[in-house]
Amino acid sequence: MATGLTILDPTSESNPSTRQLLARPADIKGHTIALLDISKPRGNVFLDRLEELLTERGAKVKRFAKPTFTKPAPVDLRHEIATQCTLVIEALAD
Amino acid sequence: MSTTAPLLPNGFVVIVKHECATCQMVEPVLAAIAASGAPLAVYTQDNPDFPESVPHTHDSTLAVSWHYDIETVPTLLVIENGVEVDRTFGWSQAEWQRITGIDALGADLPVTRPGCGSMSVDPDRVDVLRAAFTDSPVISRHIEFSSAEDEFEAMYARGWTDGLPVIPPTRERVLRMLTGTMRHPQDIVAIAPPDLVELTVEKIAINAVMAGCLPEYMPWVIAALEAVCNDQFNMHGVLATTMPVGPVIICNGPGTRAIGMNSGINAFGQGNRANNTIGRAVQLTIRNVGGGRPGEVDRATHGNPGKISFCFAEDEENSPFSSLATERGVPLGENAVTVFAGEGPRCVVDQLARTPEELTESLAACLLTVHHPKLVIGFDAILTLSPDHGRVYAEAGWSREKLLAEITERTLRPGTDLVRGARGMAEGVPPHLRDSTLPKFRSGGLLLTYAGGGAGLFSSIVAGWANGAIGSDPVTRIVGS
Repeated sequence: MATGLTILDPTSESNPSTRQLLARPADIKGHTIALLDISKPRGNVFLDRLEELLTERGAKVKRFAKPTFTKPAPVDLRHEIATQCTLVIEALAD
Repeated sequence: MSTTAPLLPNGFVVIVKHECATCQMVEPVLAAIAASGAPLAVYTQDNPDFPESVPHTHDSTLAVSWHYDIETVPTLLVIENGVEVDRTFGWSQAEWQRITGIDALGADLPVTRPGCGSMSVDPDRVDVLRAAFTDSPVISRHIEFSSAEDEFEAMYARGWTDGLPVIPPTRERVLRMLTGTMRHPQDIVAIAPPDLVELTVEKIAINAVMAGCLPEYMPWVIAALEAVCNDQFNMHGVLATTMPVGPVIICNGPGTRAIGMNSGINAFGQGNRANNTIGRAVQLTIRNVGGGRPGEVDRATHGNPGKISFCFAEDEENSPFSSLATERGVPLGENAVTVFAGEGPRCVVDQLARTPEELTESLAACLLTVHHPKLVIGFDAILTLSPDHGRVYAEAGWSREKLLAEITERTLRPGTDLVRGARGMAEGVPPHLRDSTLPKFRSGGLLLTYAGGGAGLFSSIVAGWANGAIGSDPVTRIVGS
């Protein structure tokens, strides 16, 4: 086909890598589950209840919180969660 | 085409074009130089048959003219060992005689006559020539549309626009945009959120072309992007929030007038190219390079139309107060941008106040409603006075500090009015603040500016987003070159 106008790419030209989802664990018993509070009001209400339910089912729960909901979780926090836990649940807000 | 300069023969070199009357006038002079036996090479820009009386080469690509910076025809160069050692342009009998050493050269011609513009500096050609001959380190991927594609539809379909048409960023246009800054195209200006990618001057220039900027706006676009892409302004959060905020860009300094920004009538509105395209370039860059798109990372419940562009200049020449930039530490005479995470502007009407006290009461009453009358301290705001309101303070001799202090005093509220549940409204401050007296704004949280024009006893309020470390702080940056 005949060509038309040529322009310069306005994007970052980066391709986000796609990652396969991990297989769903058959059982949460024995897993250490991170509950990440993004620090919005009442996120803790939701996470408190989740902690009860998960603990009842034999999981160990660790609680984490972002310093502020307005910014991405700091690298150190992400590292901490990744090294200490096998599963993570992030609570949104309000 | 080659991006290196063509080698010129030693001796005299003259660049002419047929369309130029002065070039036609000097044709006998060229013949006389040739007849003297001196080595002469003539390059003609337009008509390959001109000048008939001497051998010549058609500079059909304008490569010679471009690479030897010919601005005027005729231009006479002297080349020794392949290097230019002398030149004159237009017709000057004395200069041509001095350079050629031929005493009576052109003796029958007028003493001087100006030349004409070289085709290589023709505004209609210069961008194409720059693209062809500049060995520019522009490295972005080239995207070729098919001839069946409408480029405007294609760019929209690829998700590169804000919903309005954009200018296709051809290499020619991007190189022209890059002439607006001294910075190297591959300089990294910032790390652009949300994808945290390195943002180069080149990518900014591409998006500035798309936004409709002129090259002279580039330093302002770069400064504004530097100002938003950092932890203090928190562009990532400004994008991701459900609140209707975007970067509001306030420009200060003599450069605002040099690039024709509007600080007067309809300063926040449509119609001014610099105001509207600088803000748009910032937003398109965040969208296209950073990856911040509505419905993806941008989660705004309503958004606001200022997220296409909200950029204005302060009217420093008529303001009774020091400028916002000066207030924020920018030396007088420097150009600067201040970015503020803000929603759309709202109008404060007070057409009856004639004293500063009365007017301040009105401003305070309206400022108290920012986001919610019972929410305090957590949100900043911009207050923009118009000339008609500004005059009330100017005539009374109120300074910026005096006005802000008076507003602060009038926006203090008792905790009993503000706590959750008070006045029948669930929203409010936590109960432990019941016995406090609370200011509406944190210290420094009200940014006073002056813009707008013509008549109108109005001021304007732009409410902000969550302030401080949990949200966004205003950021001021000097505009570079």
